[in-house]
Amino acid sequence: MAQTTRDLLVDPMVDNNPITLQVLGICSALAVTSSLTVSAVMALAVTLVTGFSGFFISCIRNQIPSSIRIIVQMVIIASLVILVDQVLKAFAYEISKTLSVFVGLIITNCIVMGRAEAFAMKNPPVASFLDGIGNGLGYSLILLMVGFFRELFGAGTLFGITVLPTVNNGGWYVPNGMLLLPPSAFFVIGLIIWAFRAWKPEQVEKREYKIQEAEAH
Amino acid sequence: MSDVQPTAPKGPIGRFLALPPDSTPKTIFVAVALCLFCSMIVSVAAVSLRPVQDANSLVDKRKNILQVAGIYEDGINVNEAFGAFEQRILEVSTGEFSDEISVEGFDDIQSASDPELSRELTNDIAGIGRQPNFVTAYLLKDEAGELDKVVLPLWGYGLWSTLYGFVAIEEDGNEIYGLQFYDHGETPGLGAEVDNPNWKSQWQGKKLTDSTGELRITVAKGNPSADMIDHHIDALAGATLTSVGVDNLVKFWMGEQGYAPFLVKLQQGGL
Repeated sequence: MAQTTRDLLVDPMVDNNPITLQVLGICSALAVTSSLTVSAVMALAVTLVTGFSGFFISCIRNQIPSSIRIIVQMVIIASLVILVDQVLKAFAYEISKTLSVFVGLIITNCIVMGRAEAFAMKNPPVASFLDGIGNGLGYSLILLMVGFFRELFGAGTLFGITVLPTVNNGGWYVPNGMLLLPPSAFFVIGLIIWAFRAWKPEQVEKREYKIQEAEAH
Repeated sequence: MSDVQPTAPKGPIGRFLALPPDSTPKTIFVAVALCLFCSMIVSVAAVSLRPVQDANSLVDKRKNILQVAGIYEDGINVNEAFGAFEQRILEVSTGEFSDEISVEGFDDIQSASDPELSRELTNDIAGIGRQPNFVTAYLLKDEAGELDKVVLPLWGYGLWSTLYGFVAIEEDGNEIYGLQFYDHGETPGLGAEVDNPNWKSQWQGKKLTDSTGELRITVAKGNPSADMIDHHIDALAGATLTSVGVDNLVKFWMGEQGYAPFLVKLQQGGL
């Protein structure tokens, strides 16, 4: 593996983004992006879990029996997620209440398992750590972008600070309530993927089949 | 996959480590060792962070009491503001205040599992199993020292979880000022909408009983009939079972098994 540190960190942010290219981790991206603060905490938690799970799994990769490797990865990831959850409950109680079950659900985030299985099992610890952090940052980038649009246009605020004064509070902006509901994240993520692929056409997948042209009658 | 191939493994540990990872002893060893290690890390974290978490949840509980009584503002010192309340232990069955038990360290929820301080319910509509004989009541007085509001705990089973909350009742013992839950595990976006400020605001001004003293407060779907307008809370859309749970727990705690004896005393001005 001749990947440099920079490649490991930057590659997953644009060229190989877990959300826009691999379309992984969508579930939590829908659920927690209605405000930027929550998105940021979730992004940080996922980045840390991906990085450290990659590190620890890579440390013992030569000892992991292949027959139980998935469950071994799950145990490590789950322990890290519980740690994150406990720390949040101790030091960021309000946010941990908002995130509720979604912190626990980091365990099922495909990005974490995906990087453990695809990268950490075959690469040394430091590279795996950087790869995990890089993928976490790629996820964070999209999460924050979605959170930005949803909070700004859904509630007229950013990080809870009023940017567009809403009609309810005597301002002029009529907020788009749909943006606060989870389905809106589908549209926002879809638009982001479109923008990414318009910018980098090589990310567009090849067609799996081609519609046959109709014969001329 | 081993990076370094030892020439000759030394000692029993060396030989064990050199076993191929897929051999049965090694598989069992890795599984057991990893589980032990991870459970140790998790337990240490859980135990060492417990005091901080408990302090947080106490502040959160007090904040909810302040909110339900309508005296919470952003940025206030919760513990200081909480001093406005007089805490009394209330004997549920008689509706009398009791001085037998000290308010300090008394926990309503914990005492429900203490056989000496609670009773088993036969008609358990709130789904709580046991009901404590005593609860903490929080009395808020106005400037003249007259009773303004009473905040009482209530809890009951929703869809997935027990909902723990408080109800604030005006000094007439009939009008609700507010009701909210501080802890529950209902579905985010559906049942968890019990935390939605718009939904919670419905409780304000609702009457528990009608003029004959019959308990009428109801959480239900649809438009209320004219005589129910003062007692009707619109149920949550998409969260039927959570709404039913809230309906049941409110009826339970406001009814004869709950705070009715105390509320009757309040209505008669007997405090």
